Amino acid sequence: MALLEVTKITKRFGGLNAVRELSFSVEPGAIVSVIGPNGAGKTTFFNCIAGFYRPEEGQIVFDGTTIKGLRRDQIAHLGISRTYQNIRLFANMTALENIMVGEHHRLHGTWLGAILNTAKVRAEELANADEARRLLEFVGLKGKGDVLADKLPYGAQRRLEIGRALANQPKLLLLDEPTAGMNPAETAQMTAFIRSLRDELGITILLIEHQMRVVMGISERITVLDYGEKIAEGTAREIQTNAKVIEAYLGTGGAAEVPDLPDDRRPETSPSVS
Amino acid sequence: MTTVRAAQTAAATDWRTVIRIGLLGGFVALYLCLVGIVEVFQPRALVANFITLGETSMVLAAVAPVFLVLRGKQIKPRRAVAIGAVVGAITGAFPAALVIISASINLRAMFLHASPVTTEVLTFGLGVAGVWVPIVGLAAVGALTALLLTAPASIQRPVTDALLALLLIGLFAGLLRPPLLASTVTAGLGRLLLADNGMTVIGAIVTVLVVVGGRIGIRRIGMRSRVDTLPPERKRVVRPVSLVALVLLVLWLPHGVGPFFAQVVAVVALYVLMGLGLNITLGLAGLLDLGFVAFFAVGAYTVGLLTSTAEYGIAQWPFWAAVPFAVIIAMMFGAFFGLPILGIRGDYLAIATLGFGEIIRILAGSDLLKPWLGGPQGIINIPKPIEVSPDNWLAGPVQIYYIALVAAVIVALVAIRLRASRIGRAWIAIREDEDVAEALGINLVQTKLLAYMIGAAFAGLGGAIFAGLLGSIFASSVTLFVSINVASLIIIGGMGSIPGVVVGAIFLIGIPEAFREFSEYRFLFYGIALIAMMRFRPEGLLPSKIIRRDLHAMHEELEANGLDEEQAPAGAAG
Repeated sequence: MALLEVTKITKRFGGLNAVRELSFSVEPGAIVSVIGPNGAGKTTFFNCIAGFYRPEEGQIVFDGTTIKGLRRDQIAHLGISRTYQNIRLFANMTALENIMVGEHHRLHGTWLGAILNTAKVRAEELANADEARRLLEFVGLKGKGDVLADKLPYGAQRRLEIGRALANQPKLLLLDEPTAGMNPAETAQMTAFIRSLRDELGITILLIEHQMRVVMGISERITVLDYGEKIAEGTAREIQTNAKVIEAYLGTGGAAEVPDLPDDRRPETSPSVS
Repeated sequence: MTTVRAAQTAAATDWRTVIRIGLLGGFVALYLCLVGIVEVFQPRALVANFITLGETSMVLAAVAPVFLVLRGKQIKPRRAVAIGAVVGAITGAFPAALVIISASINLRAMFLHASPVTTEVLTFGLGVAGVWVPIVGLAAVGALTALLLTAPASIQRPVTDALLALLLIGLFAGLLRPPLLASTVTAGLGRLLLADNGMTVIGAIVTVLVVVGGRIGIRRIGMRSRVDTLPPERKRVVRPVSLVALVLLVLWLPHGVGPFFAQVVAVVALYVLMGLGLNITLGLAGLLDLGFVAFFAVGAYTVGLLTSTAEYGIAQWPFWAAVPFAVIIAMMFGAFFGLPILGIRGDYLAIATLGFGEIIRILAGSDLLKPWLGGPQGIINIPKPIEVSPDNWLAGPVQIYYIALVAAVIVALVAIRLRASRIGRAWIAIREDEDVAEALGINLVQTKLLAYMIGAAFAGLGGAIFAGLLGSIFASSVTLFVSINVASLIIIGGMGSIPGVVVGAIFLIGIPEAFREFSEYRFLFYGIALIAMMRFRPEGLLPSKIIRRDLHAMHEELEANGLDEEQAPAGAAG
């Protein structure tokens, strides 16, 4: 049974169908990618899964539970974590605190317990901080726990954001352009890191990417969106030679092979959530 | 040739700035005259028989523009003095014009304070014949200011400090005198240094000598560096000793300052308590709650109803039995008010909560609830928290001071504990980015509601203690200004900072209470203080580290982004 089963969802903004009748599924333990030109509806699709948007039509089932219409925190409880295209860390908190916020819902300390500083709360806090430190080490930020998040270098912020998402102990991790703004060496490092998340932690990964090279290297399956619709689905090899995909990226009469696209930083056309 | 012309243009624009800022100073001076600050402050002396507060206000009106013109500039002393004199003279020309105009036309129909008294102050009693006095006088002040600003630091520092000390001691002479006179040991000293009104000339000279001497002495000995270079085990002694001294000072305060100021410090302590409470809602969770007075009112009226022995009392409980109920009921109101406004963000939230505060205020004074709350007459005969005879050391506002102080310490402790907990982290996460916080599994409804409820609980506690302080509670006590005071003192002191709340309360509540004779101008000073703070020190007087960094990092970031726009991470898109 698929871990995530999306059935014919449609999300409209006014007259625009940002996502149209999209069906999609992710098997447990897979690394699956969604690609597409700017404005294809990739981030909108993510926002529908994570509960930022509510699709007008269709159904989303995660791990046997219908999650369409649930609040974001409920979806997080079920085991979906995400990162953001433009990093959204808590800038005025330290790296360690950022990760500890991610652990929030697995803790049980109440406000009264915190005020009275009970032994139970203290023990939980200590264990919590220890685990956060382990996660920090896992994402390669050992010893950076006391640095304020927005003082970290760009690549470290990306990894911290993934660390924060992992603190939730998710079953499914949604990564929104994790290599955006990175140079080839950093990209290669991040790609290896993403693969290790699946191999070492067994987390299923759904990835939005712009850079073809990243996607081709690590995804078992690739879905291509254009104008909110799925135009192709398959393995990297199948996608690379698909005529529709080449047309979407390069226009009619494009080259036979899809080149690496420059990392265009143009924002998505979908309106912001806030 | 071209360079000469360029230099001339530079000099010309420089004079244009000088005149413009001089005119600005003139408008301020004129404004101070017309709103009556000169007249009303005249009876109060800074140094008895030497300079009054009214005159001081004019002096400051000339000092400030000279400072603005010369700030951060490298100018030769002679030229600086000339500039200072010109700025001072232009500033003085405005009050001089007022003297002439008010002598020929009666302006008092519109400007009550364009009076003979103002003229007298401005001309040292010479009338129209002394119209030159403000011009020449303020020109001299301007020149002296310029001289001081261009002097080497070794002279400038001690003199500036001495002048500031004179200003502060002169202002607070009335506060300092009672404790000095109270003891026979210091009474003589007190009479020598402080007059009934301001300080004596001898006091002023002593102050200047002490400050200048102290300044030089400290530099010679290097006190600070000495403490720094102490071996760690000695340093460990210095800290607790200064801490104990501070605690003793705080405990002694209401006894030392006399009965009137005991009331003032009690009110300050009460506002510290409420400021710390609002700091949880605003400082941690970032929810701007301008309806704080609603919960204050709930707390005060709950205590009133449960304890009053007069008409509207329903239970005649002792004060302490009623306080927990006041806190719990205020908390329930916090939840009740919080629910409908949970989805509202930022500025809109401030307006909505403002509405709640007003609803409660109007209800408290309404005819509708008069049978229960007494309407404008309010509830009287609320017992004192601790019943003692009037000559006991705990009598009157002194006990309220201690109670508010203990409560404030508890609130501070709660705030610190919560800040370090899972809940505190969730609040800060919500403040930073609500959407992301929710996507990490934080229940926004529960978490925000808790912030409201805890803030409301402390407002209720403040209200309960306030009812004990006054012995009564009226609808007129629960005004919008309670909310505004509490919010302002957090902003002035520094958001999220506990020492900041204390400083803010002293600055915004203590000082205006101590100068009650000038209460007309309370909100004028409030406004000036708030504008100046937002312009020059938006992070507050004693900010928490993070917010200070936040506000000051913006400039650096803007510059940094300009340099490497290519690699900079995507901004606020998405």
